Amino acid sequence: MMTGEVPAAGDAPQPLLVVAGIGAGYGAIEALHGVSLEVYGGEIVALIGANGAGKSSLLMTVCANPPAKRGEIFFAGQAITRLPTHQIARLGIAHVPEGRRVFARMTVAENLAMGRVALSADGSRAAQQEDAAVLQHVYQLFPRLRERALQRAGTLSGGEQQMLAIGRALMARPRLLLLDEPSLGLAPQIMGRIFAALRTIAQAGTTIFLVEQNANQALQLADRAYVLVNGRITLSGSGQALLVSPEIRKAYLGGH
Amino acid sequence: MDIYIFGQQWVNGLVLGSTYGLIAVGYTMVYGIIGMINFAHGEIYMISAYLTAIFLALLGTFGLQSVPVVLVLVLLGTVLLTALYGWSVERIAYRPLRNSNRLAPLISAIGISLILQNYIRISQGARNQGVPPVIDGVWRIPANAVDQHFVQITHLQSLIVVTAFASMAVLTWIIHHTALGRACRATQQDRVMANLLGVDTDRIISVVFVMGAAMAAVAGMLVTLNYGSFDFYIGFLMGIKAFTAAVLGGIGSLPGAMLGGVVLGLAESFFAGFVNSDYKDVFAFSLLILFLIFRPSGFLGVPEVEKV
Repeated sequence: MMTGEVPAAGDAPQPLLVVAGIGAGYGAIEALHGVSLEVYGGEIVALIGANGAGKSSLLMTVCANPPAKRGEIFFAGQAITRLPTHQIARLGIAHVPEGRRVFARMTVAENLAMGRVALSADGSRAAQQEDAAVLQHVYQLFPRLRERALQRAGTLSGGEQQMLAIGRALMARPRLLLLDEPSLGLAPQIMGRIFAALRTIAQAGTTIFLVEQNANQALQLADRAYVLVNGRITLSGSGQALLVSPEIRKAYLGGH
Repeated sequence: MDIYIFGQQWVNGLVLGSTYGLIAVGYTMVYGIIGMINFAHGEIYMISAYLTAIFLALLGTFGLQSVPVVLVLVLLGTVLLTALYGWSVERIAYRPLRNSNRLAPLISAIGISLILQNYIRISQGARNQGVPPVIDGVWRIPANAVDQHFVQITHLQSLIVVTAFASMAVLTWIIHHTALGRACRATQQDRVMANLLGVDTDRIISVVFVMGAAMAAVAGMLVTLNYGSFDFYIGFLMGIKAFTAAVLGGIGSLPGAMLGGVVLGLAESFFAGFVNSDYKDVFAFSLLILFLIFRPSGFLGVPEVEKV
């Protein structure tokens, strides 16, 4: 078991996120069986796997919703396994959940404002200026959101809602961005735009951990990737290496 | 139909309805955020009636003469202490049951309701209590130049309507234009997502109970001043009337609560004035049943949002 051990300090680079031997699930059914992985600062890491493999459960467990039954999770060296969900968000982990979960009866601008909740609002001039700068950055990334700022989020298309969910997460100026199936249900063209935006976000210094069924897209984007099968990590490696691995090609990329 | 009776029923209905609306806010907000009918809410209203009487007596012994000052102090004291009751009820009886099935908190609510009733019955006595009239004065609007009929509006009645609508305006403003209100709406729409974004959703739920209790306290004070008498059992009938108002307006909808309250108050007054005053409660609850059967989302209710 790898529980309870803070990764040795002093060794060159310390991972931003450490998941160590996590067991989790709802009720009696365990969706994850001792999953361990690491995400380093500045990386894009993908977790791929079929529907029902436990990918979403893993992301939710990182946010302690619900907390892990076994194992430990560390963020920037701090154990967060049993912290309340809202405090984990305030440490700098932003979550773009499955199904986007925008607030349908709020405007786009209000949805974005909700992203700021995780920041300790000291109301200082400097903080306000930084908020405004982040908002401009989000609007630059997704100009569509600026056009629709006063529209209700429920009236947006699926792609626009995905942009809003990502924009909302960025408003918190997170150190780590968790994304759950950002490509789900999107037209290929929109999907391309979302993935291009993710690359821009990563280049700006935000670490990204994303979960995807669309292995092809995810592996092209990711520096490193893990493969999750029935609640266990079965493979890991660089995105490029997994993309050409015969096993992966057979299981996730259509077999040719 | 005599025009002056017609006018008088408008006045009575509006006064009654605005207090229903204030109490309905508590039902509708709590339902909106945790999907539960807080059946102890009527008792919170009942407690605010006792607190009003206690604060009036207290200020009387200090010899305060100025009526506006007395009223403002009684309002502040009643609202604060009633809100504390609302907060405590949520902490003690509902929060521990947050993740259990829907029936558990409902039963807990009925239990809390009985506890509060009996706590007041034992500590304050079972007999009817009263407060002296604080505001008198009346406007009489002649309805007919020939005979002597008129529509009567007491100063207190107009104060009730103005205070009720002003409180609703303040609450609506808080919900729609402050960060706290935005967090309330977000928690209402998707509690898990709000939590993931850093909202302490347990705190927001507490805030909603406090807001609901505060509005019930405003109603409790106004009605107590108006009727002058109350007992430990008044929360029951007032509670289901206000619940009816919340259903009529569309449970979960804030403007719906006020609209439902006014509509129910008017319907009841007109029924009492023109049909039969003994059966006005029967009429009110028949409306509740009809709405539950034929239009469960009420006037302004939001149909269940489909999850994608």
